[in-house]
Amino acid sequence: MNTQQTLVVIGNGMVGQHFLASLVNSAAKERYRIVTFCEEPRAAYDRVHLSEYFSGKSAEDLSLVEAGFFAEHGIEIHLGDKAASIDRQQKTVTSAKGVVIAYDKLVLATGSYPFVPPVPGHERAQCLVYRTIEDLEAIQAAAAKSKIGTVVGGGLLGLEAAKALKDLGLETHVVEFAPRLMAVQLDDGGGAMLKQKIQALGVTVHLNKNTSLIDDGEHCLHKMNFADGEVLETDLILFSAGIRPRDDIARACELAVGPRGGIVIDNQCRTSDPAIYAIGECALWNGQIFGLVAPGYAMARTVVADLADNDASFTGFDMSTKLKLMGVDVASIGDAHARTQGALVYTYQNGSSEIYKRLVVSQDKKQLLGAVLVGEASGYSTLLQYCLNGIELPENPDALILPQRSDESVGLGPDALPASAQICSCHDVSKGQICSAVEAGCTTIGQLKTETKAATGCGGCSALLKSVLDCELTKLGVEVSTDICEHFPHTRQDLYNQVMVEQIKTFDDLLDKHGKGLGCEVCKQAVGSILASYWNDYILEKPHIGLQDTNDTYLANMQKDGTYSIVPRVTGGEITPDGLIVLGQVAKKYGLYTKITGGQRVDLFGARVEQLPLIWAELIAAGFESGHAYGKSLRTVKSCVGSTWCRYGIDDSVGLAIELENRYKGLRAPHKIKFAVSGCTRECAEAQGKDIGVIATENGWNLYVCGNGGMKPRHADLFATNLDKQTLIQYIDRVLIFYIRTAARLQRTSVWMENMEGGLDYLKAVVLEDRLGIAEQLEQQMQHVINTYQCEWTTTLQDENKLKRFRHFVNSDQADDNVVFVEERGQVRPANSEERKHFKLIEEAA
Amino acid sequence: MSNWIDVCHIDDLQPDSGVCALVKGQQIALFYLPRLQLVFAIGNYDPFSQANVLSRGMVGDLGGQPMLASPMYKQHFYLHTGVCFEDANVSVPTYPARIENDRVAIQLPE
Repeated sequence: MNTQQTLVVIGNGMVGQHFLASLVNSAAKERYRIVTFCEEPRAAYDRVHLSEYFSGKSAEDLSLVEAGFFAEHGIEIHLGDKAASIDRQQKTVTSAKGVVIAYDKLVLATGSYPFVPPVPGHERAQCLVYRTIEDLEAIQAAAAKSKIGTVVGGGLLGLEAAKALKDLGLETHVVEFAPRLMAVQLDDGGGAMLKQKIQALGVTVHLNKNTSLIDDGEHCLHKMNFADGEVLETDLILFSAGIRPRDDIARACELAVGPRGGIVIDNQCRTSDPAIYAIGECALWNGQIFGLVAPGYAMARTVVADLADNDASFTGFDMSTKLKLMGVDVASIGDAHARTQGALVYTYQNGSSEIYKRLVVSQDKKQLLGAVLVGEASGYSTLLQYCLNGIELPENPDALILPQRSDESVGLGPDALPASAQICSCHDVSKGQICSAVEAGCTTIGQLKTETKAATGCGGCSALLKSVLDCELTKLGVEVSTDICEHFPHTRQDLYNQVMVEQIKTFDDLLDKHGKGLGCEVCKQAVGSILASYWNDYILEKPHIGLQDTNDTYLANMQKDGTYSIVPRVTGGEITPDGLIVLGQVAKKYGLYTKITGGQRVDLFGARVEQLPLIWAELIAAGFESGHAYGKSLRTVKSCVGSTWCRYGIDDSVGLAIELENRYKGLRAPHKIKFAVSGCTRECAEAQGKDIGVIATENGWNLYVCGNGGMKPRHADLFATNLDKQTLIQYIDRVLIFYIRTAARLQRTSVWMENMEGGLDYLKAVVLEDRLGIAEQLEQQMQHVINTYQCEWTTTLQDENKLKRFRHFVNSDQADDNVVFVEERGQVRPANSEERKHFKLIEEAA
Repeated sequence: MSNWIDVCHIDDLQPDSGVCALVKGQQIALFYLPRLQLVFAIGNYDPFSQANVLSRGMVGDLGGQPMLASPMYKQHFYLHTGVCFEDANVSVPTYPARIENDRVAIQLPE
């Protein structure tokens, strides 16, 4: 028996999509065939962060729909097709393209449209609105022809739009009708501080301005004429003067709407027709339109619950909000304007730091009614919790907004919150739900996000979520473990000491003495690295082979299609024409893609496992050796051309770079290590962005340590100055071995140093003053590594048994037929999945 | 029904590591865990990266269950069941495997 009914959702904006995502996770899903109409050419995207489109995010980045969502859940979506009319008698929806769908239940999520004041001239060219990605594209095109841009409206959205114009490089103005910015959320003091801060960022704010006419400008495209007689010339006008509910489709089928628009709904979000719901900015509840996304989400969840026959109701929504406008923190809570009878107000204003805070409390000073924060909003979560949960205020409520000059904390610990306190308002997650999830075994923020969805909306509650998690874990007696993994109750540093003190030579030996189980990829790699640092044996010896990641196993770097890339060592980035020719010839012979790396080397991509030994045999015959690009080890020593050629060079940076690279090549460490040497203070080799940086001066070499680029760049610290070469090398030996001995797993030198007790000063004491009395030991250990260096590819090619590993199949000479290349810009690249299907078809046809 | 297919010599395996074999046109990843005296056979295709690379992952255990970590994006698969630890909705095929007279054999479904 098929009892499935049809549910139609009109509108796939943020709220419409939130509704669908909640519905497919609910019991009601099975009851309905789901059809949705989306007027725009793309499915739901994040309108809250729309301005990020101009700072580099793509439409795809802004998407709120996971790939395959509609297909996976069997949802029929009509993209680029607007629902045009509803026939409530026949219970059908007809689209602009003529599609007719019969519904049993209908959800209106049509959203809102930007209000454009009926000023004469508002329809001129380059008078735009800010709502959709198409609007943004139009703004971008207009901005390209403009010097000055003006936003009409100084509310939340208007200021977002102003940021967008600023990001596009326009001289930006904001014109506001009211006497202050963000008139709904802020009081006069807060609005004034916000204006001051925004003007300081180069945006001109015009208050109390009523535009009466837009006509031709003298220097710009438009002239805006204000009622007070003033004028403003601008090339581009963006209207952001508020929103109006899109209720036309509801009006046309005679659903009840409010006197000023909005589809009337009850506490279950039902319209005047019980088969039809309305949610989000098109809905009018208790005479109110909610122009934020969170209440729209709450309405969506209410409808899902109602469809699943669960009790739920929407009974209004706290409109408190915290956001960053052009980098300025702004927050508004509850009754910000102190409209409650008898309300008392505390204000804190710091002119020099441009901070404004205002507390609105009840007459008896026990309850927090509202707050405004501008310039500094870190107290938002605490204040919001006081307000929402009716928690009694401390004796002196102003302590909550006064700067903390002592260690005494007035913050509200998570313990003070009741279980019902809402932590995440986007997904309505209470403290109680988070506590249950922690009791059920969640111990990380990541797990909590998966389990409860908390902090996966706007993310504003992340800090609070973390403090609840930490507090609950402490209560449960959970200690944050520093064990490397479940197989060893030790840190990496402990394991290193065990290897050193007990002279342990294999993983199996260490596991038997100090661990349990079989090990895993975490402890195996860590121990493999420790053994390689300390003993410097050939890493593909039988006891070590299972400890290596695939890159180390095949002495090459695995790429996305399972092929490998090859990086021969080019010390100091110096290479002969003959060397370059060999690299070119080998790449050509084996059909490899070539690219220059950031470390002044050449990377050869697209080698299959069985090709690696053949390629290396040719490279080694031509004098190359392994570049260790595959290892957590010394990578490159980058250099500028230095005094041998450069007009400004002070010393021979290339010569020193080659000497250093040859000294430390093959050294394995907790993470990769990069060096650079610059021949003068112009610093062309960017040595201050490296783990070890050396810069030539008139009086010797300056040594910098613990810098890095990458995800979190850090400038290296100046460690010692005016060194001769021998002392320089001595210090580098000591720093590196001390790092290898004491760092955590996969810890770069920067984080290692920052986490070290005593930091840079302590490291100086150990290395420069030998405070621990181990300097000689450190140098000896480095000497051992240097003495036992081998080119791992040379060793591998000499061993028949090791070469057995370099084939795709143990029992066949065939190659992996899943590796397919196509050509792009004159070289090969891996085929994508579409292209691969195409190849399969051609093969089958042939 | 239980037809063992001869695949390779035990010396072709890598202790505590993996190799790949071609069996009736299928890519099979073989892992030899000497501590357990067991050889495991699973599909070589990594569903996350869509590349034939699982034989090049690292082996060990999670909570006492033998597992393999994909070399590409490091998801874990249990060797007994093929189920992914990070996402139980994803799994790779597993095949019976044995060592007899120094030869490795597996069974494929009919």
